[in-house]
Amino acid sequence: MKKVAVVGYAQHKILPNAGALNEVELIMPVVHKVFNDLGISQDDIGFTCSGSCDYLQGAAFAFVEGLSAIQTSPPIKESHVEMDAAWALYESMLKIKMGDADTALIYGFGKSSPGNLDSIISLQMDPYYISPLWPDRVSLAALQAQILLQQKIITHDEMMATVIEARNNAANNPNALLTDHVSEDLYQADSLISSPLRGFDCPPISDGASAMVIASEDKAFEFTDNPIWIEGIDHSIESSNLGSRDLATSPTIQNAITNLNLKNINFDVAELHTQFSHEVPFLRKLLNLTNVPTNLSGGPLVGNVMMCAGLDAIGKTFQSLVSDQSDHGIAHASSGPCLQHNMVVHLERHK
Amino acid sequence: MSDDQAPKDYKESFIHLEYQYTAGSATTTFLNQVKEGRLVGQSCPKCKAVYVPPRGSCPRCGIATSIEVPLTDKGCVESFTVVHIPIPGNPIVPPYVCAMIRLDEADISFLHLVQDIEIDQIRIGMRVQAVWKPKDEWTHSLENIKWFAPIDEPDVDVSTLRFKPS
Repeated sequence: MKKVAVVGYAQHKILPNAGALNEVELIMPVVHKVFNDLGISQDDIGFTCSGSCDYLQGAAFAFVEGLSAIQTSPPIKESHVEMDAAWALYESMLKIKMGDADTALIYGFGKSSPGNLDSIISLQMDPYYISPLWPDRVSLAALQAQILLQQKIITHDEMMATVIEARNNAANNPNALLTDHVSEDLYQADSLISSPLRGFDCPPISDGASAMVIASEDKAFEFTDNPIWIEGIDHSIESSNLGSRDLATSPTIQNAITNLNLKNINFDVAELHTQFSHEVPFLRKLLNLTNVPTNLSGGPLVGNVMMCAGLDAIGKTFQSLVSDQSDHGIAHASSGPCLQHNMVVHLERHK
Repeated sequence: MSDDQAPKDYKESFIHLEYQYTAGSATTTFLNQVKEGRLVGQSCPKCKAVYVPPRGSCPRCGIATSIEVPLTDKGCVESFTVVHIPIPGNPIVPPYVCAMIRLDEADISFLHLVQDIEIDQIRIGMRVQAVWKPKDEWTHSLENIKWFAPIDEPDVDVSTLRFKPS
């Protein structure tokens, strides 16, 4: 099967409230930017796939409206995932590997500002036993944080260090939403939202969009001198029944490590789709990334566009490998409560 | 045992979510004009196609539309259907007609009602004009138009209503 490379990526500046801008008006600039960067147009794209969530817009089939941002004449081959756009990348990559296309445009978009994100996210839970209780996303994350702290897998200090580092890293990210420095004193003084999580441990409500172009080995060098190869990609999901999961570990991450044969690779950079501070030390230990620069973009703690932040982790890893001329990057995307569904992507710049 | 105490084999679970809807800049302009009783579309700077209501983009070319185009409230029935099934909460009593209305100079149609005519007289290509609500009832909505009613003009051959060539 053909190898597939990431060749371009663009991200909208992350906004706390995009106000009058609708989804189409957020998507169009990033699609134009990634096309202009590569000197291509929709005519050069064989397959188009988007990731979004209709509940964020509050309208059935709202994702179809997003297509108004794309040139669809002559007719295009197109699909959508009601998931983070990282999974739109996965579908697009399969299309290329199957030989159905040589190039793909992926875009993700989400506005969290119009609705109540806590309520919306609780609707992703099991509809019979859990959703009717309306558990909010912060309380669910706090469950896992509490277990990780109790079992001494992570510490409060590691959570605090994650927050401080994320804000410091955000200074290098022109699209970050939160860039102001957080001191230890400021962190300690922040009130608890859902024990043990403070406000600083949680991601900001964010609006935005991102776009990526991938290409087969036949096409990649036509688009760029610096293709970054998808050396491995793997995802799996745990039970929707929270009570049957062991939140102190992650079988899906373990699967990915085995399936992608990651144990002996020295990664230069990592970007993790970690929406809450406790998830960073947890995943770094699971993925053996303790000494690897992680979330140099600041990660979701400084800007967390729903249905897009996973694709952003892959895009930021791509950008790091291109700009640093380093060899191995690892990106992670997640979905569901308490890191239920995880994707791991091994990106490599061949010499 | 009263009805209240009878065992139930189901439970209703209501979902109520509130949103602050954003129309987007193009549709916002359109709705502000509709409130004043005017229909204003937008045309694509590249292929010149006119969209009403405008969504701010030309999906044919994948670029933003920016040129405002004032339109009349006259057009024709591009297609229609007779609704026989009552829809909960809808005050209109069936049977009634929903039609795709293609305004003159527009390149797409939108859904609206056709009335003031016997249902079996409605036909594709029929010329129609908007019947507006009283001015003091106008809001930011296409419901300012009560329905479209036939006008005494020759029918249009809708097969000639092509999208403008680019």
